[in-house]
Amino acid sequence: MQTLSLGALCGLALILAVPPAQAETIRITIDKLVFSPVEISAAVGDVIEWQNNDVMAHTATAKGDFDVVIPPKKTATLTVGKAGTFDYYCRFHPNMKARLQVRQ
Amino acid sequence: MYARLTSALAFACLISGAALAADTKVTDPQIAHIAYTAGVIDIEAAKQALKISKDKEVISFANDMLRDHEAVNQQALDLVKKLKVTPEDNDTSRALTKAATEEREELAKLSGADFDKAYVANEVAYHKQVNGALETLLIPSAKNAELKDLLETGLKLFQGHQQHAEHVAAMMK
Repeated sequence: MQTLSLGALCGLALILAVPPAQAETIRITIDKLVFSPVEISAAVGDVIEWQNNDVMAHTATAKGDFDVVIPPKKTATLTVGKAGTFDYYCRFHPNMKARLQVRQ
Repeated sequence: MYARLTSALAFACLISGAALAADTKVTDPQIAHIAYTAGVIDIEAAKQALKISKDKEVISFANDMLRDHEAVNQQALDLVKKLKVTPEDNDTSRALTKAATEEREELAKLSGADFDKAYVANEVAYHKQVNGALETLLIPSAKNAELKDLLETGLKLFQGHQQHAEHVAAMMK
C-alpha cells in the first residue's frame, strides 16, 4: 500500500514535470474546396498546417487576424498567437469557410 | 447589353435542356467540351480585363479567374486524356462561344469605371448561369464518375467565384 501510493506520487510528479505548453502541429486538409476538419481546437503556441490538395491556390483568412496563402499542392503554416474563436475563409473562394478555436 | 442578353439566352436554352433531358441527351464528350469552353470563356474575359482595367481589385480578381480556370481546364484535359474521351463540339458550346464573343466586343467599347463595372457584373451573371447549367444539366447527365466528380468540384469553384465577384461588385458601389 505504502509502495503503491509512493509510485502514484512519483507518477504525478512526472506528469507535473512535463512542460504545460507543449506546442502541437494541427493539420488541416483542403480537398475539392473544402477545409477538413472544418472546425478545430488549438492552444496558443500551436502550429496550424494547411495542406492544399487542389490544383488552385487557396487562403486561410480571418480579417484583421491572419491571412495565409496556400499554393496548389503545397502546405502553409501559422503559429497561433492569441486565444479566441476565428471564423476564417478563402479570399479567392469565399464559399470555403472554417473555424479555429484557440484556448490559452 | 445585347450580348449579355444573348449570353443569358444561350444558358437559358442550355438550362431548359434539363427539362427535356429525356429527349435531349448530352453525352460525356459533349459535357467535357461544354465545361472546357465555359472555362476558356472566363479566361478570355479575364485577359481582356487585364488589358483594359486599371483598378487594383478588378485586376486582382481577373488574375484569380485566369489562374483558377487555367488550372482546372488543365485538370479537365488530363482527365479526358486518361479516359480516352475526345471532347465533342456541340450547339451549346457554339452558342456559349458566340455569346461570349459578342459580350467581349461590347465590353471592348468601354473603359475606366464603366468597363470595370460591366466586367464584374458580367462575371457575376456568367458564373451564376454556369452554376445553373452545372446543377441542372451537366452534373446529372454525366455518366463517368470521374467526370461527374470534376464537374462537382467545378461547381464549388464557380460558386466561390460568383461570391468573390459579388464581393468585388459590392466594393465598387
